[in-house]
Amino acid sequence: MFRVEFGKTFRRIRTYVLGGLLAAVSVLPVVVFATASHPGGGPPFFEFLRRSGLFAPLAAMVLIQPFILPLGAGLLAGESIAGEASGGTLRYLLVRPVGRGRLVGAKYGAVMALLGLAVLWVMVVGLLAGVIAFGLHPVPTLSGTELGVGAATLRVLVTGVYVLASVAGLAAIGMFLSTLTDSAPVATVAIVAIVILSQILDGLSSLHAIHPFLLTHDWLAFADLFRSPVAWDRITHGVVVFALYTVAFITAALARFRHKDIVS
Amino acid sequence: MLYGFLGPNGAGKTTTIRMAVGLIFPTEGSVEVLGQPVRGSMENLPSLRRVGAMIEEPAFWKYLSGRRNLEAYARAAGPAADRDRRLVRVPEVLRLVGLEEAASKKVGAYSQGMRQRLGIAQALLGEPDLLILDEPTNGLDPQGMREIRILLRRLADEGTTVFVSSHLLAEVEAMCDRVGVLAHGRLVAEGAPSELRTLSDSIRIEVGDTARAREVLGGLSGVRIEDEPGIGRWLRVRLSDGTTAAAVNRALVSAGVEVGALIPERASLEDVFLSLVEGDDVPR
Repeated sequence: MFRVEFGKTFRRIRTYVLGGLLAAVSVLPVVVFATASHPGGGPPFFEFLRRSGLFAPLAAMVLIQPFILPLGAGLLAGESIAGEASGGTLRYLLVRPVGRGRLVGAKYGAVMALLGLAVLWVMVVGLLAGVIAFGLHPVPTLSGTELGVGAATLRVLVTGVYVLASVAGLAAIGMFLSTLTDSAPVATVAIVAIVILSQILDGLSSLHAIHPFLLTHDWLAFADLFRSPVAWDRITHGVVVFALYTVAFITAALARFRHKDIVS
Repeated sequence: MLYGFLGPNGAGKTTTIRMAVGLIFPTEGSVEVLGQPVRGSMENLPSLRRVGAMIEEPAFWKYLSGRRNLEAYARAAGPAADRDRRLVRVPEVLRLVGLEEAASKKVGAYSQGMRQRLGIAQALLGEPDLLILDEPTNGLDPQGMREIRILLRRLADEGTTVFVSSHLLAEVEAMCDRVGVLAHGRLVAEGAPSELRTLSDSIRIEVGDTARAREVLGGLSGVRIEDEPGIGRWLRVRLSDGTTAAAVNRALVSAGVEVGALIPERASLEDVFLSLVEGDDVPR
């Protein structure tokens, strides 16, 4: 089932259009900083961009994490069950018979694998563009020390894993919503709304008591990987929160879908 | 065997089929398919592997070709041996439904009749012991209907149990060995088409005194007078529950009603169907 899911995605033109857009986003910071006459500051990593091409994938992560990647997670996860339901193919898959638990598992696996590929794609394209424009140099940390190319590359990879983990919980929420409705766009919009709401709540300082439990609170904590020594607190806290959301909502999706009457 | 599942729109044909394949769950009672109870979503997987089904309209991924759609369904579930067997059968089922030439076209470009054929091909993929088809000839032209009927007949003769739901009486009458009639969610009759027909024979009687005849017939069981205005001294009487024309005649004559003529009318399945579905004895 997982393979089928994957295969189907790569036979859609849509997939390649989105891949192209992601590539464009990944080279955007490099292009801007390579051509600007007065490169100024910006979000973390941007100010150092000219120092090493290794910063380019990080800058790309900062660009896709707050909105583009959650949108992708929303699209894929929202469509997972609801899309099959509205197309009518869901009943044929269940009668084939694909077990309901297995279907949720395979769909979630495919969503995460595709998001993983998207992150990898953005990083590789960003890295290539960055290295071509600015070369492969040791990178300065946010604490002022310097990291060798090897150590820095490893941390860039860990960043990718962290970014992927940060949308795992969101994709799980999306799976759950997708079992509630037969309309994929409704599920997608709901997911995006949750992300926006979470970010708004995270910005209200009077609500700081609930901030640690918000899904989006630790999303950009991967910047801490580029301190010396690495500040693990927020990163580990983030991973725990993502895991809790994932387990909770996959369980909810399974419980809901197992007993759902499929009349679409 | 070819079983026809007949009922008007909204009688519960599709609901029954959905319960049989575990898509929805009955609030009370139980369902058994191929000797196995259909329960939650987990326990009935092995028996469902022996069932091929088309429920309501066929459904496919429009951006994939006909062949790729069948392959996707084949690959969607294990075990590996079952999956491979289905993959190997893809060209064969495409040939059976006459879609070899269109197999590489995207399903989005298919006509309704082609989708219907592909839906039947999909149901045949696993060489099922039980083939459940919901309105299989929907959207087909007369030639296509005939082809599908011949195909289903052949499968039934080769040992597959074919369960076909339909609201087309002529189709069911021409094709099925057994017919079940569903009305308002209940099976109101079941039998071979010829048996069902005898359920509802009717006679036309010319009587001397229609008012008196109505009175007499009203007291008989298994007799129902159908009101057809403007036909003078003729009455049309529908017989059921084994009541014979002779019994009606005897009752009329012994009550002193003159019987001028009595003409038996052979019921069509349509008459049976209408009497079953619209009859007063049908629970609503």
